Formats: sequence, structure tokens, C-alpha cells
Amino acid sequence: MSRVLGSAPAPLLRRILLQGRYEALTMLRNGEQLILAVVLPLLALVGLTVTPLLDGLGGTRVDVAVPGILALCAMSTAFTGQGISTGFDRRYGVLRFLSTTPLGRTGLIAGKILAVLAVLVLQVLVVGAVAFALGWQPTTAGWLPALVLLVLGAAAFTALGLLVAGTVRPEATLAITNLLWILLGALGGIVLPAERLPGPARELVHFLPSGALGEALRDAFLAGTFNGGATLILLLWTAIAGAAAIRWFKWN
Amino acid sequence: MRSPDSPVLSIKGLIKDVGPLASLDGKMLRVVSGVSLAAERGQVTALLGANGAGKTTTIECAQGLQRRSGGAVTLLGQDPDTAGASLRSRVGVMLQDGGLPPSARPIPLLKHIAGMYQNPWPVDELIGRLGIDTFSRTTVRRLSGGQRQRLALAAALVGNPEVLFLDEPSAGLDPQSRQLVFELISELRDAGMGIILTTHLMDDAQRLADYVYIIDAGRNVAEGTVAQLLMRNLSTDNAQEHVRTLLFEARPGLDFTGVLPAAVDVRETRAGSYAATGALTPEDLAALTAWWAAHGIMPGSMSLEARSLEDVFLDISGREIR
Repeated sequence: MSRVLGSAPAPLLRRILLQGRYEALTMLRNGEQLILAVVLPLLALVGLTVTPLLDGLGGTRVDVAVPGILALCAMSTAFTGQGISTGFDRRYGVLRFLSTTPLGRTGLIAGKILAVLAVLVLQVLVVGAVAFALGWQPTTAGWLPALVLLVLGAAAFTALGLLVAGTVRPEATLAITNLLWILLGALGGIVLPAERLPGPARELVHFLPSGALGEALRDAFLAGTFNGGATLILLLWTAIAGAAAIRWFKWN
Repeated sequence: MRSPDSPVLSIKGLIKDVGPLASLDGKMLRVVSGVSLAAERGQVTALLGANGAGKTTTIECAQGLQRRSGGAVTLLGQDPDTAGASLRSRVGVMLQDGGLPPSARPIPLLKHIAGMYQNPWPVDELIGRLGIDTFSRTTVRRLSGGQRQRLALAAALVGNPEVLFLDEPSAGLDPQSRQLVFELISELRDAGMGIILTTHLMDDAQRLADYVYIIDAGRNVAEGTVAQLLMRNLSTDNAQEHVRTLLFEARPGLDFTGVLPAAVDVRETRAGSYAATGALTPEDLAALTAWWAAHGIMPGSMSLEARSLEDVFLDISGREIR
């Protein structure tokens, strides 16, 4: 054998981009994830525009519904989707193997965040296209704060998803992230604004990442305003869940 | 012999504590207590020990997968706990559980990993070499154990490493794949790769290793070349001879006193099963068969085996390796 042994790492940015692309394609090829990421949010969008659930909230049904559906998309991909796939990667030793390659642990996490953002972009495009077809008329001034908030929401939910995936068995991650997706999706202030929730939930959801993201996106797209309080709540969740994930995440 | 070059991996007095564990009233458990070893370029260095001896923990401290509690580890001149991507690009790791995503297909997966390196091993060449082309369209979850092992080895090699860690590489391999993998490992060794092999299979170590460290209960218990270990604990008179074990079955309770030289150890391991171990000569075999003839004994079975590392391990630790 006449090989010259030894290699050097590819540049950091290339490693992260490669991992992001690989993870995004893996998520998009997974049928269950695709249902959670695109099909269920679209069903919810259509459901909310044909029923009177959101009537009387200061906009057309579709205008009130779309911001919450986009928030739901962020939760699907970042929390449930990334949580489950990371949980199983951990079980099968994929995290350990990849952390021995030049990618390393930080590159792996960066790649996962990138994959979440890439899938989120596709979700915004698909949901946006369907919403426009249903007559959605967002406030132009709302786009910039909305996109910033979606990224921040994805960060908070990714941190929470990784925290769950890194601390319990993958079957438990599957159960917890799916159950929370349903609970928060229905009662977390994400698609149904706080005003439409039963008494005790109404006050609580302002402090949940789901309620904060849903509320802030509605403020952005309906009124073109930036909700500082909700943004602060999302930042706090990102910081606390991120720190907890760094502290307690088990790689094996 | 150990070469005078600086080793690719040097471990000195490694300590690893895990816990605190509820089963120990919240105390720490010391799983590695002072392991030392060195591995050279162009050699296969084996860490041999029973399951739970601390081999994998030791190696994971060298790979940077676990943080050591004490001692010193140097891999290619760097500390794996603080080193970055440049060190990881020079080291290939094959994990015991493979570490491959179940939904992946072999070629896209290998190409993805190859993208992390500047000078990877061409994927097409590697899959041909390891026979992966025959199952390249199957997802990892549908591969047989042996196919998975070959893919995990390819994933460890695709970065074209200078140092290769193999954890139980022949687990689940059929004899043909095992031959293929062993030939490749020997070639890589000859090409100058430093290979560190962790195994509880004596046979793997005996066939592949240039130097063996035997680890038991988190400590070094013996080291040497395979030949040196096989000669261990034998009197110097016999050291030049190849030690063998003659196994035979006959009726229980036979007394062989005076039949074989005193240096040959004869034991009845089970009723009617005998093992004669030592530097057996043709004359010893003749004496034994003559004695059988004189006493009208026809053994039910008999076999002659070279002394194996398994016997050495048994001598050292007083127990079976498995």
C-alpha cells in the first residue's frame, strides 16, 4: 500500500454547512417528521380559516391564524423533530462517532441548528404560499421582527429539544416532545391566542415559549409591532434551556 | 520490541472515576486506576481484557470522548481533552456500537464524513476494498452485523488517519469478512498507521497484535509481545521451546505420576478430561502413548494445542476472560 497517511480538517464553515445539509435532508426524507413539520400545520391552518374559532380578534381568520401556524412550525422542527432525531442519534452512538471526526461536538450542534433553520425556511415558504392563496395579508412592517422572532423561537425550542434528548431515553424523548407538541399546540397560546383559552391557562401561557412566540408573531404580522416582553421571555428560555443542556447533556 | 520513536499514543497513570452513584451511597466508582501504555506507528497495539476491565474507558479517554480524572494522555503529541479539529482529523475511531445512523445508506454517509477532511481516502476505493459495494444501497438498519462492522471500519478510515482505534473489530464478522478486515489492518500497519485494538478476543490479539497490554479491574496486569506473554511464568530452561497443551479424554482417575517430566503440568480438568501443559517434546508424546498402550487405554479424543493468550490470561488473573 502506498498511501500517504494523515489528513487535515476541512474548514470549520464547510464542516458545519455539510452537517447542516445532511441533517436537513435526513429530516425532510423522514415521513413522520414531514407530517409534523408541514402536513399538520397546513391542516391546522385550513381548519382555523374554515371555523369561527378565531373570529372577533381584530383581523380576518387567516390573518390571525398564520402567525400562530408559523410559530407551530418552529416548535415542530426545532423541539419535536430535532429532539427525537438527536435522542435516537444518541442511542445509536452517532453523536459519539461524529464528535470524534473533525466536526466535533460544537460543529455537530451548529449543524443541527443550521438544519432546523433550513427546514424552517422551507416551512415558511410552503405555509406562506398556502396562506397567500387563502387570502393572507400580513403587515409589511411585520416581516423583519417576525423573521427575527422565528429564529429566536427556533433557538429556544432547539435548546429545549436538545435538553430533553440529552437527558432521557429516546423513547421518553419521543413521548415527551410529541405530547408537549400537542399540549402546547392546543393550549400553549401558540395557534389559539390567550384570549381564547380557559381561565388559568390565559395568564400562564404568556410565560411559555409557545405563548410568547405565538403572541409576538401575531403582534408583528397583525400590527407591525415588536413585542419586547415576549422577546425577553424567549431569550430567557433560550438561555436557561441552553445552559441546562450544556450542563446535563449526556453524549452516550 | 518498542521502537525508540515517540509513541503516537502515550497514557501514563490514567485514572477515571465515574459517578456519584446511588448504588454506592453517592460515592464515586474508580473504573480505571493507573493504566499506562504506549502505542507506536506501524504497529498494532492491543488492549486485552475481560468485559468491564476498563479497556473502553481507557480508550475513550484517549479519544477525548471521556474526560480523565487523573494521569496524562498524549495522542500525536497533543492532549485529547483540549485538542481541536486538527488532531481529530488525524485519528480514526471505530466504535463498538458502530455509531452509524440507521436511516443512512453507506455511500452518502461515507461521502458526508469524507467531506469533513482535506485529504480523505477516496470513497470508491474504500468501499471496493471492504466489499461495501455489494450492499451500498441498503440502509444501515437493514445491514447484517458483519456488514455494519465493515461500514464502521470504512467510516473510521475515510479520513485517512495516522492513528486508528478499533473497539472489538471482529464482533459479528463472518469468517470471510474477518479475513478481509484482518488483511486490511495488516496492510495499514505496514503502511505506518498506528493501530490501537481493544478486544476481549484472545484470538484477535494473537493474530494481529505486535504488542499486548492485558488490563484487569482497571489496572495493567501484564504486557509484552504475544511471544513474550506466551513464555511468561515458564522456567528459563523451557523458554526456547513452544509450550503446548495436550488435551485428551480417557477414563477418570488416572495417575500419570512419572510418565511425563515434572515440568509438564498434568491436570484432570473434569472427570475423564485431562490437560498436559508444558514444553512437550516428541519423546514426551511417545512416552505417554506407550504408557496408554501398556495400560490398555484408548483415549476418546485427543488434541494438541499451542499455549494461547487465553491460558496466559487465566494464569495471571485466575479466571476466564469471558
